[in-house]
Amino acid sequence: MTLIDLANPTRFLALTARVLPWLAGATVILLAVGLYQSALAPDDYQQGATVKIMFIHVPNAWLSMFVWGVMSIASLGTLVWRHPLADVAAKAAAPIGAAFTFLALLTGSLWGRPMWGTYWEWDARLTSVLILFLMYLGLMALWRAVDDPSRAARAAAVLTLVGAINLPIIKFSVDWWNTLHQPASVMRMGGSTLDKSFLIPLLVMAIAFTLLFATLHIAAMRNEILRRRVRSLQMMQASRVAFSSESSAGSRAENASNEAGAA
Amino acid sequence: MTALSALVRRDIRIALRVGGGALIGVLFFLTVVVLMPFAVGPDLALLSRLGPAILWLGALLASLLTLDRLFMADHDDGSLDLITMSRTPLELACAAKALAHWLAAGLPLIVATPVLGLLLNLDMVATGAVALTLLAGTPALTFTGMIGAALAVTLHRGGLLMAVLVLPLSIPVLIFGVAASQAAIVGPMTFGAPFSILCALSLVSLVIGPFAAAASLRHGLD
Repeated sequence: MTLIDLANPTRFLALTARVLPWLAGATVILLAVGLYQSALAPDDYQQGATVKIMFIHVPNAWLSMFVWGVMSIASLGTLVWRHPLADVAAKAAAPIGAAFTFLALLTGSLWGRPMWGTYWEWDARLTSVLILFLMYLGLMALWRAVDDPSRAARAAAVLTLVGAINLPIIKFSVDWWNTLHQPASVMRMGGSTLDKSFLIPLLVMAIAFTLLFATLHIAAMRNEILRRRVRSLQMMQASRVAFSSESSAGSRAENASNEAGAA
Repeated sequence: MTALSALVRRDIRIALRVGGGALIGVLFFLTVVVLMPFAVGPDLALLSRLGPAILWLGALLASLLTLDRLFMADHDDGSLDLITMSRTPLELACAAKALAHWLAAGLPLIVATPVLGLLLNLDMVATGAVALTLLAGTPALTFTGMIGAALAVTLHRGGLLMAVLVLPLSIPVLIFGVAASQAAIVGPMTFGAPFSILCALSLVSLVIGPFAAAASLRHGLD
């Protein structure tokens, strides 16, 4: 089973129908274990119980970047290999990535309120995650702006790859900007040397969230494939109705059925 | 080579003649800067402190505003298809078009900067610093903005969508442009470090921009 075998949407649907329940089950079990462990994790001597936000916050932040990576690979698939499912994967990933990024921002700001005394701080990391969120939203706006999926796919692929090159530059420049403007005031978490009692639940949660993303992503891809099928069936029907009386009906219907086959 | 220089000359000529609209960018720049004192108050000390930031924001918005025209007019009259199908590599043609656009719409902004600096109570050094950073930084704005312009022309959607896509990409340029001007005016940092990073950003976008724009034109036009 190679990647190219999955190019057939029917085969992809059949395979994922079998894989998806197992994936969902593993996600649920790992999430339960991770949540249980993080509930049992000791309070931090400085931060108290609020440190438990970390177990939700960090996996979200990790996924916010991971999803852009997945979308970049899918965009390469669209532009270079013309893999038929690559643009489906890229399109399905964008809202999920935006949701993870939003949750990372939200939990971060809820964590920041008791810790720093403010919901928002123009901290380097927060700022670059906010910009990442804006770029996700821009990408989703691009997907929504065009009604032809394959046309939107190529534009979105170019933008995703440009973003993948630009995101490290943005991150670096925001770091620079931050050290320029406010050298002090923000937390110095003992993040680098996490105790084992924190590290293990965190890792479990990270794996659980990654599995959660995989589950959601595959389910969203299935939906997108089905949505495109419905769309091309509707177009076929519309063209059949519209051109049934004309003599050129044959070529139109042929076009539409080609499109249906491609989707 | 002659094809590229002909393309540059043609684009500049079109931009500067009636209906070209290159100089509207300068007018917009002037208007944005004139609006600022109404927003923050006519306090000269405050204005001279905010001056570099205001000038940079105005230049950023003005260059974004004129980017629409980079491919749209050529797409409308069909010459973009000729450029796409010609023997000149599309990447080079895109770079030539962006260069012409910068010469016609970017350079006037820099020329206008000293006059606007007077309005914002900037002294000679500060005005010179802002003009120099704009000279180094606006090519980056044009060349990254070109990606957005190419996307917009292939999608037949311009305006707001393009602004939303391009503005986040221009954050690094804004950061280092303002940082370099501030470093020259108040210190304590040296002017060299942020300025050379700004130049580096321009050079990087000089490489990435034409390739990304050409890719989106090649895949998107039908």
